[in-house]
Amino acid sequence: MAAGAASGGSARADTYKDARGWLLLPSWAVLGIFVLGPVGMMLIYSFLTKEFRGGVIWEPSLAAYDQFFFDRGLFGDEPPTIEWTYITIFWRSIWQAGAATLLSLLIGFPTAYFIATRPENVRPVWVFLITIPYWVNLLIRTVSMKFLLRDQGPLNDFLISTGLIDSPIHIVNTNFAVQLGLFYSYLPFMVLPVYAAVERYNFSLSEAAADLYASKWTTLRRIVLPAVKPGVVAGCILVFVPSMGSFLAPDLLGGAKNFMIGSLIEEQFKGNAGNWPFGAAASMILLTMVLIILMFSARQQAKADKAGG
Amino acid sequence: MPGNRTDAIDVRDAVKRYGDFTALKRISLTIKDNEFFTLLGPSGCGKTTLLRMIAGFEDVTEGEILLYGDGIAKLPPHQRPVNTVFQNYALFPHMTILDNVAFGLEMRGKSKSAARKRAGEMLELVQLSQFAARKPSQLSGGQQQRVALARALAPQPKVLLLDEPLSALDLKLRKAMQLELKHLQRETGITFIFVTHDQEEALTMSDRIAVMSAGEMQQLGTPTEIYEQPRNMFVADFIGETNLLEVSVDQVMNGRATCHLGGGHALTCNSVEGIGAGAKVHMSVRPERLFMSDVPVEAESLKGRVAENIFVGTDISTLVDLAEGPQFIVRTSNSDRGNKRIFEPGSEIFVNMELGAGRLLMD
Repeated sequence: MAAGAASGGSARADTYKDARGWLLLPSWAVLGIFVLGPVGMMLIYSFLTKEFRGGVIWEPSLAAYDQFFFDRGLFGDEPPTIEWTYITIFWRSIWQAGAATLLSLLIGFPTAYFIATRPENVRPVWVFLITIPYWVNLLIRTVSMKFLLRDQGPLNDFLISTGLIDSPIHIVNTNFAVQLGLFYSYLPFMVLPVYAAVERYNFSLSEAAADLYASKWTTLRRIVLPAVKPGVVAGCILVFVPSMGSFLAPDLLGGAKNFMIGSLIEEQFKGNAGNWPFGAAASMILLTMVLIILMFSARQQAKADKAGG
Repeated sequence: MPGNRTDAIDVRDAVKRYGDFTALKRISLTIKDNEFFTLLGPSGCGKTTLLRMIAGFEDVTEGEILLYGDGIAKLPPHQRPVNTVFQNYALFPHMTILDNVAFGLEMRGKSKSAARKRAGEMLELVQLSQFAARKPSQLSGGQQQRVALARALAPQPKVLLLDEPLSALDLKLRKAMQLELKHLQRETGITFIFVTHDQEEALTMSDRIAVMSAGEMQQLGTPTEIYEQPRNMFVADFIGETNLLEVSVDQVMNGRATCHLGGGHALTCNSVEGIGAGAKVHMSVRPERLFMSDVPVEAESLKGRVAENIFVGTDISTLVDLAEGPQFIVRTSNSDRGNKRIFEPGSEIFVNMELGAGRLLMD
């Protein structure tokens, strides 16, 4: 698309050829200062030696990565074996973020579909309503969630009063509580892109499918979903990526057993107990994972587009 | 009450309301098996609403729709053995042409390979076999149109519904598609219900036409009947070009009416049921059934002055300001130039009607 626009306006583009480099400067500056700079710093720190009161000593070292993947005993003199602690935390993060993404897709897709099929003049109202809770600070929302879900909280009170259960269900400090927390934290990131995609969807395609004997479910699966897939993929990435590095929901709703990578990184930079190179290394590993996932999904998308001609 | 099993569609007292607005005011009509039937009318007349009710996209507020004798008004669209060609084609953009055509067959339970085989045959029928592997976006409008047609015909529907399918095509392609559609209908023997606002298209293709306006059916008949014997003002005005005169009826006898213009000039013409002596109505006469002369041919000849001659290719339209009445259009075919005269603007002339050309109209 960009190529088409550039070639279409080539005569004019030539006039500004000299200026173009300078006009792009602000973008490059923002990218450099806020993206490449911090990531580069993190990369460098992850290869330095730790200072015991926080901070780093400028001496190159692989200790941080070694600590992440290998166990060399209490005094560091035993033959290395694989250190499962952090890999487990990592794996749990992927799993929890995946579950939260699935949850937000299951709730977010029907929500987005519902909004996109309302009359045009009320759609903005629905979108606004969806975003209202997110004007409140994430920390407060997560704490409130803990109050709602705890054993003596309103949810359990309600379920007991209806007679559905006799004793409270323990939700807080479980994996599920974390998933719920993550889901609630990032739901709009699913709803909004999916809504944008469904709104652009040509509903006469659904009529055509029904006309050709497809049931509602088949129409959704074979016609609607493929058409709105880019929005769904974007929503999943936007929920999955921040969920993986999140530490508020796991800390507040998950308890010590449900530690996630975000909390691990946070610990390394908090107070004097931390280990900056280790935190930086864990961040780099997280970043690498996320990039691999993004590249994979981009490749899939490109493949689908190519097939789509 | 069971319907007639030999009639393709039987619409009985169908009403469609959206809140306070009535889109369709109690329509009843029967469409015969193997017929090319057209719903014709201006936009907003309810023709598309009626088509969508037959397809199942709009529910029927009141009344019943029978398909070969079975009530279908309560069935969801995917359970009705009818298929639609949509105005914007509605081809599935992520599927190949072949998969688009095979979709309906697959949904009806055919295996993927059987569905594709039949879809291939359908593409051959519309001469698009070489595009089977392409996506809809790689085809021209006319080609997409034919794919939509093949897709709708592939599952062998009992009735094919066509919602202004040619309106997006340019004139030449449209003419070619009109013929192709007509041939397809004859070859397949499927009942076609065609919706259009283009009266010429309707006259060219249809076995019968229902002219609709403001949610009501104005006239139902063959193209010749609709054109030659319009029932009311709306039909006469909407179908083709016509000249209208306000007349007072003096006498009606054996289908012929004698009447006079405001100034007393007497005219005879065909009457229509429901109009009697004393009525003040309109008389319509088609422009090609008028001819001009420099002297009155008969007592009824209308005096006038030529305002303008407009050359429109196959014929010439002459605008004549009548001495007693509005402006008339007289059309003279080029092939008729031997025995019909064209006059220069400004000439004082007489306009004459061919025998039986004038008709009275209900309002």
